[in-house]
Amino acid sequence: MTLEKVILAVLTTNPKKAPSGVAVFHCDNETEMYRIGANLEAILDGIAHKLTEEIMIIVKH
Amino acid sequence: MSIYLYPVLFGIVCGIISRLLMLRTDYRQYPTYLHGKIIHIALGFIASVLGSIAIPSLIEGNITATTFLTVAASQFREVRNMERNTLEQLDQYELVSRGNTYIEGIAVAFESRNYLVIFTSMATTLSFILFDFWVSIIIAIACIYLSRLLMDGGKLSDICEIEYVKPHFEGEGLYVDNIYIMNIGLPERQEEIMKYGMGFILTPKNFNANTTLANLGQRQAILHDISTALGIYKDSGTPALTPLAKRDLEDGRVGIFVLPQIRDIDKAIKVIGNTPTLENAIRMPTERKKQEGGNRNDA
Repeated sequence: MTLEKVILAVLTTNPKKAPSGVAVFHCDNETEMYRIGANLEAILDGIAHKLTEEIMIIVKH
Repeated sequence: MSIYLYPVLFGIVCGIISRLLMLRTDYRQYPTYLHGKIIHIALGFIASVLGSIAIPSLIEGNITATTFLTVAASQFREVRNMERNTLEQLDQYELVSRGNTYIEGIAVAFESRNYLVIFTSMATTLSFILFDFWVSIIIAIACIYLSRLLMDGGKLSDICEIEYVKPHFEGEGLYVDNIYIMNIGLPERQEEIMKYGMGFILTPKNFNANTTLANLGQRQAILHDISTALGIYKDSGTPALTPLAKRDLEDGRVGIFVLPQIRDIDKAIKVIGNTPTLENAIRMPTERKKQEGGNRNDA
């Protein structure tokens, strides 16, 4: 089964803004967020989209 | 020896020549392999035999014999299904897929080519029987020319202007001119896109072209053709590097974003211009308007 057009993971540097119901990766800073984001992009075959300075999502299109 | 032997043989030869001329590995990049070609040559042979034999059957008064042409029709419809299934299977493993509209167009072309072969064989056999060999040669050349003419569709350069525009980022948003393409979150990917990405703006020449360009299948065909012709900077696991085509809702312009390996602007414009306008994507709203002017009740 392939999940498409759904948020597969959320990366955030601000725990207060993390949503529920989805895998959330709490990152210490932006550099760590980008590093984990790049890994998740390759693993999940999705695209990392940046919504705000503190939140990134991984979506498979 | 039957008096119809030479006309029938000549009809078969002309039919096969016509099929061979139409069977070229062109922009569709298919069929590229020998076995695929053999299938089509064999089917072309069957079509030409059917076309050639139909005429003597009719002359001899054997009307029922022509009913096997209907068997041929269902056989060639199967060809369309075969092409569609094969291409759909292959499409899953393409880095930039052809898309269903393009596949359907190719499948229809393969079916219709067999009918053109039947037509060529029929016409040449008939002219051989009614006139002589030399007249049938002229008819054969005319038929082959007509087949080529009928198989050539329109090109994208006929319906739109193409210009190169360097893609740029506004925040995380990737733009080609003022057309938003997508959100790229990772700076690493943004750098790759700025290094390898190319953008093109397709401006439709009229309202019909505007609607044709809006078709998602037509846009996918452009992306597939340019990625096949110029290579692609992409692999599985890097979906952020997928070529995309988005539309300006205001004026119908289409922004094309690609990452080719050969970054030659003139060549890319030429490739985009040579992309076929897909039969299934062509829309003519202005024709509808004309008809509406005459009769409003024929909806």
